[in-house]
Amino acid sequence: MTAYDKPLPKIDTLTRPFWELAKDHKLAVQVCNECGDRHFPASPVCPRCLSKDQGWEVVSGRGTLFSWVTFHRAYWGGFARDLPYDVCMVELDEGPLFVSNLVDAAEGKVAVGDRVEVVFEAVTDEITLPKFKPAS
Amino acid sequence: MSDFRALKDKVAVVGVGNTRYGNFPETDDYGLGADAFRAAVADCGINKNEIDGLLVCRIPYYARMGEILGISPRWTIPLPPHGRMASMGIIEAVAALEAGLCKYVALIYANIGRSRRVNYGGDESPNIWDPWGYTSPGAAHAMMFQRHMALYGTTTRQLAEVSVAFRRHACLNPDAVMKQPITVDDHENARPIVLPLRLLDYCLINDGAVCMILTTKDRAKDLKQTPVMISGLGAREAFHEASLSNFERDFFYPQLQEIAADTYGMAGVGPSDIDAFMCYDNFAPTVLFSLEGLGFCPRGESGRFVEGGTLQVGGKLPTNTDGGHLSNSYMQGWALNVEAVRQIRGECGARQVPDCEVVQFVAATPCSRSIIYTRG
Repeated sequence: MTAYDKPLPKIDTLTRPFWELAKDHKLAVQVCNECGDRHFPASPVCPRCLSKDQGWEVVSGRGTLFSWVTFHRAYWGGFARDLPYDVCMVELDEGPLFVSNLVDAAEGKVAVGDRVEVVFEAVTDEITLPKFKPAS
Repeated sequence: MSDFRALKDKVAVVGVGNTRYGNFPETDDYGLGADAFRAAVADCGINKNEIDGLLVCRIPYYARMGEILGISPRWTIPLPPHGRMASMGIIEAVAALEAGLCKYVALIYANIGRSRRVNYGGDESPNIWDPWGYTSPGAAHAMMFQRHMALYGTTTRQLAEVSVAFRRHACLNPDAVMKQPITVDDHENARPIVLPLRLLDYCLINDGAVCMILTTKDRAKDLKQTPVMISGLGAREAFHEASLSNFERDFFYPQLQEIAADTYGMAGVGPSDIDAFMCYDNFAPTVLFSLEGLGFCPRGESGRFVEGGTLQVGGKLPTNTDGGHLSNSYMQGWALNVEAVRQIRGECGARQVPDCEVVQFVAATPCSRSIIYTRG
């Protein structure tokens, strides 16, 4: 097996819980324990109320396809063999927009507003990427 | 709501200049910036030692620029190399002049992205979405345009009208990089980059520099050129989804609506009074979003609005008469502001809009801005 050569996430104190939950096949967003605001990506203070008392909430993994695009250019060598590849933007039922890849979508059968659900793809021993497929 | 009305007609553009546009590995940011400055000083007729304000954008070190030009200002602002900075910088200069912080401001922008092979994506601009392969400002605009097509039925053939119009203008502009006319079919058949966007929806990447000189209305009277007044301003950021990089989920519509109210209100004009429109065109869809946000057409109808040559010189709303970023030069808004000035002065030759008195610039970006220029 060749080494994984696509960009990997930068894991730090702020983002580690997200990636640990993803490894367990759970999609999570940051939630403010004071005002309840849910957001992603993680922020050192709550963007709504500036509280530092925040945690992570596992979400349903369901959402709506907000938009999607098809890359015909590889900005990293690791993506060159995947060309063309799809990137989707999902509006999670809990609010935040989440960028990911569409899997198991039939060519030409995808539309803005489609229901989608999360699946998980382990790409290294440490990193599992949440991706989305059409909802069953 | 922001209110800039006290700044109406207080500051004038009194000098403009630009370099050639292309691929210049033999020089650098400072060399190009100095050439644009020389051109603007000559255009203005000012003694360069009178310039006591310096705003630079995409120039590595402002003090080195000052050293090269032999000026020692008392007001200096460096801005980062982001496309949205042009009108942000002009508005800061207006405020500084009106506050008396300086008397004459030179604004210098230089770009060497072509000769230095800048990619505008990948490892040059790390982002949290990189693991999924989402990168580059073009991808964000492709996302927005896909959604616009789904919500409003906009088509890529309508989008092509933007690129076709600007290419026609570039063919009338001796300075422009792109000289071959294109058709709607050329646009449809161009190389896909991030679909639904293709090569002809993307701005150029080229080297070059632009300089503008601004001063107060009273001082402008003593200079060579007929002053072009800054008569309207508007501003609003969209930082709430900044991690999505140049993306705004509602096509910058809320920000542009607020900017339209402020800018038109201050200048005392409306969309129907705009003789020429200079629209930040990093990617072709931005033009459609701008037309809707400012109220040139109803929401969702920009695709139909641009059909039939609306944006061409001779059309209802001549737009980016220099060819814009798509076909003239990737001067990140700066060259469009210079074109606004030249149109009002009547210097544009084959691409001149007759009786051009009111020109609007807009940049629909995470820092959206608009400026209305009028004849002094």
